[in-house]
Amino acid sequence: MSGPSSLSTTVASGSAQPIESSQAPVQEMTYAEAIREALREEMRRDPRVFLMGEDIGIYGGAFGVTYGLIEEFGEERVRDTPISEAALAGCAIGAALTGMRPVAEFQFSDFMALGMDQIVNQGAKLRFMFGGKAQVPVVFRAPLGSGTGAAAQHSQSLEAWFAHVPGLKVVLPSTPADAKGLLLSAIRDPNPVIFLEHKLLYRHKGPVPRGDWTVPIGQAEVKRPGTDLTIIALSIMVPRALAAAARLAEEGIEAEVIDPRSLRPLDEETLIASARKTGRVLIVHEAVLTGGFGGEIAARIAASEAFYYLDAPILRLGGAETPIPYNRTLERRATPQEEDIYQAARRLLQRRPL
Amino acid sequence: MPEALPALSPEQMRSLLQTMYRIRAFEEKVDELFMRGEVHGTTHLSIGEEATAAAALQALRPDDYITSTHRGHGHCISKGADLKLMMAELLGKETGYCRGRGGSMHIADVASGNLGANGVVGGGIPIATGVGLSIKMQGLDRVCLCFFGDGAANEGTFHESLNLAAIWDLPVIFLCENNQYGMSMSVRRAMRCETIAQRSIAYGIPGERVDGNDVFAVYEAVSRAAARARAGQGPTLIEAVTYRYKGHSKSDQNRYRTREEIRAWQERDPIKRLAAYLREHGLMTPEEIEREEAAAYQAIEEAYQFALASPEPDPDSLLEGVYA
Repeated sequence: MSGPSSLSTTVASGSAQPIESSQAPVQEMTYAEAIREALREEMRRDPRVFLMGEDIGIYGGAFGVTYGLIEEFGEERVRDTPISEAALAGCAIGAALTGMRPVAEFQFSDFMALGMDQIVNQGAKLRFMFGGKAQVPVVFRAPLGSGTGAAAQHSQSLEAWFAHVPGLKVVLPSTPADAKGLLLSAIRDPNPVIFLEHKLLYRHKGPVPRGDWTVPIGQAEVKRPGTDLTIIALSIMVPRALAAAARLAEEGIEAEVIDPRSLRPLDEETLIASARKTGRVLIVHEAVLTGGFGGEIAARIAASEAFYYLDAPILRLGGAETPIPYNRTLERRATPQEEDIYQAARRLLQRRPL
Repeated sequence: MPEALPALSPEQMRSLLQTMYRIRAFEEKVDELFMRGEVHGTTHLSIGEEATAAAALQALRPDDYITSTHRGHGHCISKGADLKLMMAELLGKETGYCRGRGGSMHIADVASGNLGANGVVGGGIPIATGVGLSIKMQGLDRVCLCFFGDGAANEGTFHESLNLAAIWDLPVIFLCENNQYGMSMSVRRAMRCETIAQRSIAYGIPGERVDGNDVFAVYEAVSRAAARARAGQGPTLIEAVTYRYKGHSKSDQNRYRTREEIRAWQERDPIKRLAAYLREHGLMTPEEIEREEAAAYQAIEEAYQFALASPEPDPDSLLEGVYA
């Protein structure tokens, strides 16, 4: 890495192949199954890869993602840990530092707060502090997001916390294919990678290429091409934005929906190119708006040459300034829904050029 | 000094004395450079605690791992570090172990198994546990020695890690250097229990308290723990009771302890004790001991000259090493 600008072009090992041109047969599976398949394939391929986390063995993990893996790989490589998140995080870092490739699962991303010193002060910084003479190839997987009635301590979207830390990579897949492809890249990456899975996506189905198929870290994807406005959406907001875009299309409005997929490194070229093309940008994430990653995306676009092509101020939609409530109605109100995205897009289109 | 036959050979004892002199000379030099403003940031000296670091590493093999602490110069030197590269690191030079990026609090030499000092109290304990797991999963005949202080024994990471290492029988030696103060708070005020070693009972592993200023006691305890670890019998907690003569760091005015207390511990100085033992047992003459001491200060002076002559990092290399 030679300078700040190269951050956006750094990619993980492994090659990017669009699904359409892939020779590998495509199989329909859920997001959770796609993650499990990536874990299984990489554990078969690389004996250094192992899993650790709370209740990931016989129980299969809080969301069943690792279900069945202990039967194939045994309890040495699918390690149940006590409820000790700091030890979980640090132990994975220590193993990574000395030749292993651990994938540590946090039951909820909220609980990463308990392992935060290890992730942020240790894992993210060891290589740099040691003059570039160490590697920490560890993956921290965790479910994020609301919508399950789990209330304030089990529902947050904290991706911006991690994206703020040099030394970490942060990815949030929104489809089963991206989940598999990004996880394979994450495990093979020589750096610590925070891999955030949305709970509501676990049951989403989609086509997933079989075999050794990877998605590079640091590459956004245009999920739907369009010309009238750009919707940049993270995680669960990608399917919601696509649904809103379908409604807009019925009215003759073509929205381009882009999923950055990685926040650090961020593929700002793709975002800027789209903003320049459409002149109108809506950014949507579930995380609380203040300090959310949307602010970073907006700033990068506003500071780029796309600024001169903008026909309206950049609009952000994010979570309300509140902990996630338990009540179903309140919980829905706390985060952007499809209708909110649709309405925001309409508002953005009505804004006159400055 | 116990009269029981030490397992250490005379050769090893002389080597220990050399290591301890080097640690002391290194840290006295760092103290001086700090006062003169040549070392910036902060610095934590282990003067008075040299026996624990030197003897613990004497009990291990070169390919064993260690994790260290913010007070880690002694661990680093005992692990066999090149004094020149260490001093260059403290002066922030490109030739330093960490290319000047880490400094005193993050000095490491991963290639030699020194997995780094740590700026967070208790921060290295889970990492050492993971190193133990790595050793076990790779089937290596190694151990990981985890240094930490009495202050860290009250961190959550200590409890989580000892429990995890215990249930997985990991080859980790948890070595607590109890220098009696976590910054200004004495161990007596910081915990209700008598000893830190007794906390091993809670995790179902052996615990042992030794005189940390006695190289023989530390050597034997670590040797036993290493043998257990290599035999697949899991971790051990060792509490080495010692004392730091200097303040916690540069800001310390020593308001929380008395001159008498410091003086009393200086009477039990670990280097003087080993030198006396070697002299009394005819293993070294007073002249040989003096030569050893002078050689240590000479080596440190050479290291300092090397560091002084070394280049600063190129400012344009700022982002190197953030990512692999």
